[in-house]
Amino acid sequence: MVEFRADREGLYLGGSLNLDSVAGAERLIRAHLALPGADARRLQLDGVEKLDTAGAVLLRRLPHIAREYRVRLEIGPLPHQLQAFFDFVDLPDPAATPMSQPPGLLENTGEQLLQARGRLMGFLYLMSDLTIASAQTLFDRRSVRPGSFSDQAVAIGSSAMPLIGCILFLIGAVSALQSAAQLRQFGAHLFVADLLAIGICRELGPLMTAIIVSGRSGSAIAAEIATMKFTEELDALRTMGLDALRFVAVPKMWAMLVCVPLLTIMADLLGILGGVFVAITSLEVAPAAFITRAGEALILKDVLTGLVKSVSFAWMITLIGVYFGLDFRGGATGVGHSTTAAVVASIFGIIILDCFWGILFYMKI
Amino acid sequence: MPNQIDISGLCVSYGETPVLQGIDMHVTAGEIALILGGSGCGKSTLLKTIIGLVESTSGRVDLLGENLNELDQIQQQELLQRIGVMFQYGALLNSLTVGENVALPLQMHSDLEPGLVTDIVRARLHLVGLDHAYSKLPGELSGGMRKRAALARALALDPEVLFCDEPGAGLDPITAAGIDELLLTLNRSLGTTIVIVTHELLSIERLDGRLIMLDAGRVTFSGTVAEARQSPLDIVHHFFHPESPT
Repeated sequence: MVEFRADREGLYLGGSLNLDSVAGAERLIRAHLALPGADARRLQLDGVEKLDTAGAVLLRRLPHIAREYRVRLEIGPLPHQLQAFFDFVDLPDPAATPMSQPPGLLENTGEQLLQARGRLMGFLYLMSDLTIASAQTLFDRRSVRPGSFSDQAVAIGSSAMPLIGCILFLIGAVSALQSAAQLRQFGAHLFVADLLAIGICRELGPLMTAIIVSGRSGSAIAAEIATMKFTEELDALRTMGLDALRFVAVPKMWAMLVCVPLLTIMADLLGILGGVFVAITSLEVAPAAFITRAGEALILKDVLTGLVKSVSFAWMITLIGVYFGLDFRGGATGVGHSTTAAVVASIFGIIILDCFWGILFYMKI
Repeated sequence: MPNQIDISGLCVSYGETPVLQGIDMHVTAGEIALILGGSGCGKSTLLKTIIGLVESTSGRVDLLGENLNELDQIQQQELLQRIGVMFQYGALLNSLTVGENVALPLQMHSDLEPGLVTDIVRARLHLVGLDHAYSKLPGELSGGMRKRAALARALALDPEVLFCDEPGAGLDPITAAGIDELLLTLNRSLGTTIVIVTHELLSIERLDGRLIMLDAGRVTFSGTVAEARQSPLDIVHHFFHPESPT
């Protein structure tokens, strides 16, 4: 408990001056200093019984606080047994502790623009480096660890098959149900097969596969490379005379380029199979008729454009995963930021690429 | 002097593997206790058990007169506010600046106004020689600076007992000596009880506290550095005379 009183002799502060009481003590002293009349005061501290760092810092601050009220405050000596502790807690000059100030709007905008430019340039450099390195690896495989491609292909491709297959089957089924509900009004429910086959092969198959792969494998690439950077594994590779980018990223790039189109083909088939399931259960259309109809509706271009898209999506997911992995800064939270940023940027990149291909292949000018 | 740490019959196992097997020890107020031993002997597990991070299999640990296992969560938190822990790698929160790291316990456990918290943090950073690092992120600090920042955070609430896990590990001899000097100053000036886990001989000699030596999860020696140097026990002799033939 802190005691504070003021009389003609001066101010008196006593009791326990510690973490629990200093806030109250400061309020009492400020309230007194705000009173009119006093321009010079002496604070007697003979009655202080306990003192901790918070109390000692408050005592060192008091003359500065008093100056805010235009009062000159002289601090009296502490009891002998507390003086050594008080001397130990030294408060440095504020100039010795530089504190960062938040930047102004203009400065902030400029910094953001410069950072964005730096990121874009970094991404373009990585894009060219990784693309060229991946192409060169076709002819010279010495810089890639044997077996790394198959390891990555299993992680990116085989392990993702059940998830992608299940999701596309359900999407195919739901799409068939929804479109049948509309087409039935015109007695055209057999055209569900056309709609579904074209929709899945051109758009939903490649797009959904890429989004699932970016969430599953793109994030894993970013997290793995960020962790390797954090634990200095990339530096270790460099000191062994290895090109870290080729060693780590190229097998992932090739595994993606091979696996994502294959996964897309599987996704297309399972999506159509979902439609067949709905045709049997609720459209009263024979499965053979549905499949024949779908086959007639599809042309080679629909399948090929889907595959071209899936290759470009795979390229984009790997590039973005590697970029955000290498862009890692900080500790544990940095890995989280890299992973999240990689997934968000991948999905955004996939949609942009999808628009680009949509315009290129199907827009009639 | 009263005991601030009292341990009797402490056993800790990780799964089927026993790590500590019947530890009996105490640390009195104002003492520097050095827990020594080779790698894997259970030093860090003992430290983590005392501060409640590892649950004991059997035995009793009293910290500042209280058995952590018998307290409810709020009582445990109140008790833990009276101790400070400096972890081996600092364990600073990477998303916060050094100043924010040190201010964190003050902000969470007191109602001090921000200006006073800032000044307490500055005083603590000044004490460990990190005035210039207030606004830096832990990722921008060297290993030694990170440990000193961790020490400043551990001291934020004026702990009665300070625990340090390998304070000099991975540091150059000058920085390690600086941290030892700081710990000695804290002990002498503030009377803080300090428990240090280490196996650095130079540090052990500089701190010159009471040694508690572990081997295979048991206390094999307890005494001063001078007594340890004269000890006939093989394990103690080899620890202090590593160059001598086995």
